[in-house]
Amino acid sequence: MTGNIIQLDNNGNLKHFLSTEGLSQSLLLSILDHAESFASVGERHVKKVPLLRGKTIANLFFEPSTRTRTTFELAAKRLSADILNLNISTSATSKGETLSDTLHTLEAMHCDMFVVRHANSGAAHYIATQVAPHISVINAGDGSHAHPTQAMLDMFTIRRHKQDFTKLKVAIVGDILHSRVARSEIHALNTLGVLETRIVAPHTLIPAGVEDLGVHVYHDMDAGLEDVDVVMMLRLQKERMRGALLPSEQEYFQRYGLTSERLAKAKPDAIVMHPGPINRGVEIDSSVADGEHSVILQQVSHGIAVRMAVMAMTMGRHSDDIGESK
Amino acid sequence: MRIVIENGRLFDPANKLDAKQDLFIADGKIVSVKKKPDGFESDIQINAKDKIVLPGLVDLCARLREPGFKHKGTFLTESLAASSSGITSICCPPDTNPVIDTPAVVEFIYQRSREAGRANIYPLGALTHGLNGEQLAEMYILKQAGCIGVSNALSPIDNAEILRRAFEYAHSCDLTVFLYAEDNALKNNGTAHEGAISTRLGLPAIPESAETVAISRAILLAEQTGVRLHFCRISSARGVSLIEAAQKQGLPVTADVGICNLHLTDMDIADYNSDCHLQPPLRSERDRAGLIAGLNDGTISAVCSDHQPHDVDAKATPFSLTEPGASTIEHLLPLMLHLVNRKELKLEKAISLLTSQPANILAIDKGTLKEGKAADICILDTETSISVDKAKLLSKGKNSPFKGWELQGAVTHTLLNGKIVFDRNDR
Repeated sequence: MTGNIIQLDNNGNLKHFLSTEGLSQSLLLSILDHAESFASVGERHVKKVPLLRGKTIANLFFEPSTRTRTTFELAAKRLSADILNLNISTSATSKGETLSDTLHTLEAMHCDMFVVRHANSGAAHYIATQVAPHISVINAGDGSHAHPTQAMLDMFTIRRHKQDFTKLKVAIVGDILHSRVARSEIHALNTLGVLETRIVAPHTLIPAGVEDLGVHVYHDMDAGLEDVDVVMMLRLQKERMRGALLPSEQEYFQRYGLTSERLAKAKPDAIVMHPGPINRGVEIDSSVADGEHSVILQQVSHGIAVRMAVMAMTMGRHSDDIGESK
Repeated sequence: MRIVIENGRLFDPANKLDAKQDLFIADGKIVSVKKKPDGFESDIQINAKDKIVLPGLVDLCARLREPGFKHKGTFLTESLAASSSGITSICCPPDTNPVIDTPAVVEFIYQRSREAGRANIYPLGALTHGLNGEQLAEMYILKQAGCIGVSNALSPIDNAEILRRAFEYAHSCDLTVFLYAEDNALKNNGTAHEGAISTRLGLPAIPESAETVAISRAILLAEQTGVRLHFCRISSARGVSLIEAAQKQGLPVTADVGICNLHLTDMDIADYNSDCHLQPPLRSERDRAGLIAGLNDGTISAVCSDHQPHDVDAKATPFSLTEPGASTIEHLLPLMLHLVNRKELKLEKAISLLTSQPANILAIDKGTLKEGKAADICILDTETSISVDKAKLLSKGKNSPFKGWELQGAVTHTLLNGKIVFDRNDR
C-alpha cells in the first residue's frame, strides 16, 4: 500500500526508490537484472560508465553512516555523476533550518537526485512529496521503516547463490522491532515468491502484528533455522537498545547468536548473510562470519551494483544504454 | 433585541422536545418555545423552514491557542470557526503558555473571550503547577478565578502518590478532575497505535496498555479518594470497558471521546499523513467500533472536537517529528451527523452527546432549549452539504484529517445569548 503510487511515474517506471513494499515482482527482478549488468563494471580496468554524466546527486545523511554513504558515493561515481556529500545532522538542522528549507536550497543548486538517510520513519517519503518533479529520491534508510537498497542487494546475493526464489525458506534473525532492513527484506522476499519467510527473535524484539507482513514468528532459534536455505542475521543495534528489551549481550548470544552448531540445523548449503557492521560474539560467532557459508563480503560489493542500478533506473537510464555510450 | 425563529423543527433531546414550533427570544433569553408571548414584537425574524433548531453545542475540549500560540490560532479565528459549527460553549484545557495555573491567566482568557464574543469559554485549571506532575496547583484560587475544573491536559502524572493527592485535594475543593489517561513509560515516545500499521510503517508504537493501565490506576485512586473523575479522549475499546465497570460499581466517573477517533483509524495514516498524527492516537477499527458502542450504551457521555489547530510548519516534517492534533472544530456537528447517516448513532443520541450531556459534565446551565435559559442556539440545514476544503477553513489550523470529505449538514445561524454570532449568508 505504502509507496507504490509515489514511487512510480505515469508509465510505471521507477521514479523514486523508497520502499520494496508495493513494487511488482517484475520491477524487483528488473532491478536485479540491471544490477547484474553493472556488476561487471567494477571488475573492469576503467570502472566507469557515462550513464549519469552531468547529473548531480546529493547524499543527504541526517543520520551518520559510513558504509552506506560510501557505496552510494562509489555507485554515483561509477555512473559518472557528480556527488555532494552532506551530513545534515551536523550542519543545517543544528542551525535551526527546517527540512523544507534545506531541500529547496539544494534544489536551487540544481541537484537531480537525493539519496536520503534519516532517523525518522517516512522521512524519504516526505521528501519525495516535497521536491520538484524532476528530482528522484532514493531511500538510504528511514527510521525503522525501510532500507530498500540493502534489501535488494541481499536479494541479488541470494539470487547469485540460489537462483530460484520460489523454493527458498529464509530466516531473518535479530532485532526485527527496530530494523528497517528486516522490513524491506520481508517485502522483497515475499514479492519474489519465497516459500517461507521466518523471523527469529525474543518477544521483546518482535513488533506487534508482524504476521500481517507475511512471516512466521519463531522465538526458538533452533526451530527457526530448521531446514532453511538462507540465514539473514541482523545487527543488534546497541545504540537503540534499552534496558527493558534484553538482559545482556551475553544472554542474547546464548539464545540467538549464530554458531556453527546452530547453523547445522539449516540446509547443508545454506548461506549466511549480515548487513554489517558485525558485532562478533553478540549476534554471530567469528567462525561463522568468516566461514564457508558466509557471503557477507559479497553483499558489500553487490551493494555498489544494486545502487548503480537503482540510480540509473530512477533517472530513466538503463544498463542497455552502456553499449551505446561507450 | 427580540428574535423569533419561525417554522423550524425544535429539537432538544434533554427536554424530549421534537416539534415544529416557533422559538421566541428576548433580552438574550429563550422566552417561549410554544406560542408567541403576549405583546411580543420581533426585531428580527429568522425563517427556519425545513431546518432543525438545536441548543448551541457544548465542546468539552478545544484549544484556542491563546495565550502562547497565536501563530496556531486566536480567540477570534477559532471561536469564529466554532460558531460556524454551532458551538456556543467551549471548555479549554490548561496547556496554554503560560499554563492556566494562576488567576492572571484565567482573567486573560476571560477577557480575550469577551472581546471575541462568539462563545462562552470555560477554562480548566492545571491539576499540578506548570503541568509538571510534581506540585499541586492552587486549585482553590483557580476555582475562585473561574476555572470550572482541573486537568492534566496532555501531560502525564507519572507519580501515583501525586495523582492520589491531586485527586484528594480536588475532591476537597469540589472540583471535577478532567484526566487524560496515558502512561508515559508505556507510551515510550510512540506516535502511532501499536499494531500491524505501526509495524509496517516503522513508527514508534503506542500500545493500548498506555491507556488502559493509566485508566485502571486512576479508577482505583478515584475509588479511594472519592473524587469526581472525567476521562478525556478515550481511544480504546478496552478503555471503555474499564470505565463501564467503574460506573457499574457506582463510582462518579464519566468519559468523552474526540470526533476523529469515531471516524478514523490507524489505517488512515496510510502514507504517513501527518494530519492523522493525533494524541491519543487513532487506533484500530475494533477500537473505533468499541467507542461507538460506548456512546450508544451511555458509558461515554460526550463527544468533543479536541480541536488542535497547528501552523503549517508543525506538520511539515516526517510523521513522528510533527506535532500531534487535528483542526476539527468547524466540522464537529456535520461529522456527528455523518455518524447518524451511517446509522451508527441515532439523531437524538448524537445531539445529546454534543449539548446537554457535556453541559452536565461541566455542571453548567447550557445545552437545552428551555424557556428562561440563555438563548444559545444553532440552526441546522440538513439538506446542504459542505466540502472540507483547506482554502475554506475558518480556523487558522489547516490540519484537518477530513480534507476532501463531503459532509451533509451545515449550520446556517448560531446565536449566543440571543445575539446572532454566525450567519452563513454573510460569508
